[in-house]
Amino acid sequence: MFEILEKKQIVPKEYDMWVKAPRVASHVKPGQFVVVRTDEKGERIPLTVADFNREDGRIRLIFQTVGKSTYEMSKMNVGDFLADVVGPLGTPSEVKKHGTVLMIGGGVGIAALFPVLKELKKLGNKVITILGGRTSDLVIMKDECAEYSDELIITTDDGTAGIKGVVTDGMKMLVERGEHVDYAWAIGPTIMMKFAALTAKDLNIPIWVSLNPIMVDGTGMCGACRVTVNGNIKFACVDGPEFDGHDVAWSELMTRLKQYKDQEKISLEKYLTEVGEM
Amino acid sequence: MMALNIPKNKTPIAEQEPEIRNHNFKEVVLGYTLEEAITESNRCLQCLTHPCVAGCPVSIDIPGFILSLRKNDLGESIKILKSYNNLPAVCGRVCPQESQCEGKCTVGLMKDHEPVAIGKLERFVADWAASHEEIEESPQLVESETKGKVAVIGAGPSGLTVAADLAKRGYKVKIFEALHEPGGVLIYGIPEFRLPKTIVKREIRAIEELGVELEKDVVVGKTLTPEELKDEYDAIYIGTGAGTPRFMNIPGTNLNGVYSASEFLTRINLMHAYEFPKYDTPIRIGKRVVVVGAGNVAMDGSRSALRLGAEKSMIIYRRSEKEMPARIEEYHHAMEEGIEFHWLTNPIEYIGDENGNVKSVRCLKMELGEPDASGRRRPVPIEGSEFTIEADTVIEAIGQTSNKVLLSAFPELKLNKRGYIEANSETSATSVEGVYAGGDIVTGAATVILAMGAGKKSAQAIDEYLGSKKKA
Ligand SMILES: Cc1cc2nc3c(=O)[nH]c(=O)nc-3n(C[C@H](O)[C@H](O)[C@H](O)COP(=O)(O)OP(=O)(O)OC[C@H]3O[C@@H](n4cnc5c(N)ncnc54)[C@H](O)[C@@H]3O)c2cc1C
Ligand code: FES
Repeated sequence: MFEILEKKQIVPKEYDMWVKAPRVASHVKPGQFVVVRTDEKGERIPLTVADFNREDGRIRLIFQTVGKSTYEMSKMNVGDFLADVVGPLGTPSEVKKHGTVLMIGGGVGIAALFPVLKELKKLGNKVITILGGRTSDLVIMKDECAEYSDELIITTDDGTAGIKGVVTDGMKMLVERGEHVDYAWAIGPTIMMKFAALTAKDLNIPIWVSLNPIMVDGTGMCGACRVTVNGNIKFACVDGPEFDGHDVAWSELMTRLKQYKDQEKISLEKYLTEVGEM
Repeated sequence: MMALNIPKNKTPIAEQEPEIRNHNFKEVVLGYTLEEAITESNRCLQCLTHPCVAGCPVSIDIPGFILSLRKNDLGESIKILKSYNNLPAVCGRVCPQESQCEGKCTVGLMKDHEPVAIGKLERFVADWAASHEEIEESPQLVESETKGKVAVIGAGPSGLTVAADLAKRGYKVKIFEALHEPGGVLIYGIPEFRLPKTIVKREIRAIEELGVELEKDVVVGKTLTPEELKDEYDAIYIGTGAGTPRFMNIPGTNLNGVYSASEFLTRINLMHAYEFPKYDTPIRIGKRVVVVGAGNVAMDGSRSALRLGAEKSMIIYRRSEKEMPARIEEYHHAMEEGIEFHWLTNPIEYIGDENGNVKSVRCLKMELGEPDASGRRRPVPIEGSEFTIEADTVIEAIGQTSNKVLLSAFPELKLNKRGYIEANSETSATSVEGVYAGGDIVTGAATVILAMGAGKKSAQAIDEYLGSKKKA
């Protein structure tokens, strides 16, 4: 059982939680995730570790309410216990001194980008960060990312903050202005990562993306999380979640993400009815 | 001669009717009554050569437990079983008896005779004991002085066995399990209708009562490193199982509706997808299900699919019925339940619809050629034999490879050519001093009883190793 130590809502539908998980906290590295189960009947869902404190044995999880499990988590409070938190899982990010790194985040993916960005900064990289969202209020962790970035660019669809446009516009702008980028990371909605990778290809920038396929165990035992990378089957939970963005079969991933959409709807509606929100 | 009087066939055992059970997940075989069990025990000749014992990977005193049962001394009977086997209720249900004890039984070698139903008797005694727990002697725990600390990685049958045996010998044992439930394949692989989970849980509870500590949600290699375990414990046993599913790797493998059997069965068994939406984990089941392979895993997958409501569940296998590796009882049950078998058939492509869902399987007919490395005749494709089977769910049950999560965090550990841990077949000792390994992670996917047997031998070896280290 894993106690919830802090919890707050940061934007509509997105929550920020600190959980007591000493073994995870003492071993986690940027880019890794945990598998969480809310209760005995719960599903096993992967969540990236957004931050950690090794001394206090806590990890930070930032999540968006998309299905039953995350809704249920959003209803839990400080002092409640998650049934299971297992990890850290996956291969850590290739963080080292690259030179100039471009960090691209969108939606709740910003939380997953944050620990990588922080570590890259500590390692002495010049960090340029682009955070994108529909509207200014939905771009989370602006201040925290700014603290570890040499430059922070915001893009919003409606122009309420920064550049009016999408993250790829920010990428092009940087290159046009003559910025040389040694490595890029893009973490966010699959469609954003796909276009960031395509743009990076045009701009000749190597790019890591962090994939979020459906998982069950998260330890390489089932193959639910398989993705095609460079023509080969890879298990995202052990071989990833980060892969070379130029090699990912994006449309297959997007199709696989929809595999249970009917059942997910049934499950969520049942839950919302039970808690009186339908 | 007395032998002439014994009934030719095993005493029939009650089972759920096929048309009823293929719609529910309750246990298929209902078990013997005491009278039936005693009747069956009377078929045993108590022969002096007792070849059955040699056929058992853990050499259970089979005539002994059967004799006590015949005398209606069930307390003694369970004591005999338990002294060889910590999981008799499990083994009675899932061991391939036809190629072990029952395959060697003297009665079975007589003309027109079936062997004694040793597995069913083992199960009977174990189940009886579970409902008469006070009979079982509560274990004598030596609390004060422990002989040493042992870490066990993986709570499958192998890890559970080594833990129980070492605890009985006075060691302090802790098992680290990656999943949220202990039991290994017994919990996440073998379905409820063949091995009820209450039985597995009961056996695990008995092991915990010996003083074995169990921590779940610990993936060794990630949550804890082998180094940390080496620092804290006097010896380590690795029983992490085979672990990673293999795929055919043919076009269409990543279409929606194509599963590895590991995923399909894990969703159903560990995650209770058959009780969705009461449990949160979903599963997709179409009208027509194709399972590739013909081992126990394939039988479990195809039979589970029927129970989830598939109209037709088919098994395709590239060899013939004769080479099929499944337990014979599972094959019979599967046939009775209406599973369709397509022998000498190999898939070459999965074809999807416009939404990325699998809709059919392109196959080739095979014929058997010269024997291959395994001694079985190699299946070779027949030219121009291509045909298509419609299917909206495909389950690949073609075997496993070793899971690399622990192995890659433990590079000193020597692996064999097939990627499994190299361990001494007598002692289970690995290339690293104080580190032992057994079960599927050493042998590749095998059986429950072999995994247990390795645990037993290893407990003995660890005891000797730590004993001699203390003296030195
Ligand atoms: C569907 C199916 C049906 C089967 N049917 C039969 C049958 O009828 N009869 C029979 O005899 N055999 C059968 N088998 C085979 C049998 O189940 C296995 O041979 C046996 O379970 C192996 O035992 P084990 O202890 O080596 O490994 P497992 O049972 O695989 O247990 C390994 C455990 O280790 C855990 N683990 C793995 N990695 C780590 C790590 N890094 N840290 C911590 N924990 C870890 C796993 O989560 C698991 O719980 C079947 C197998 C399957 C999949
Ligand atoms: S989630 Fe099961 S193998 Fe990756």
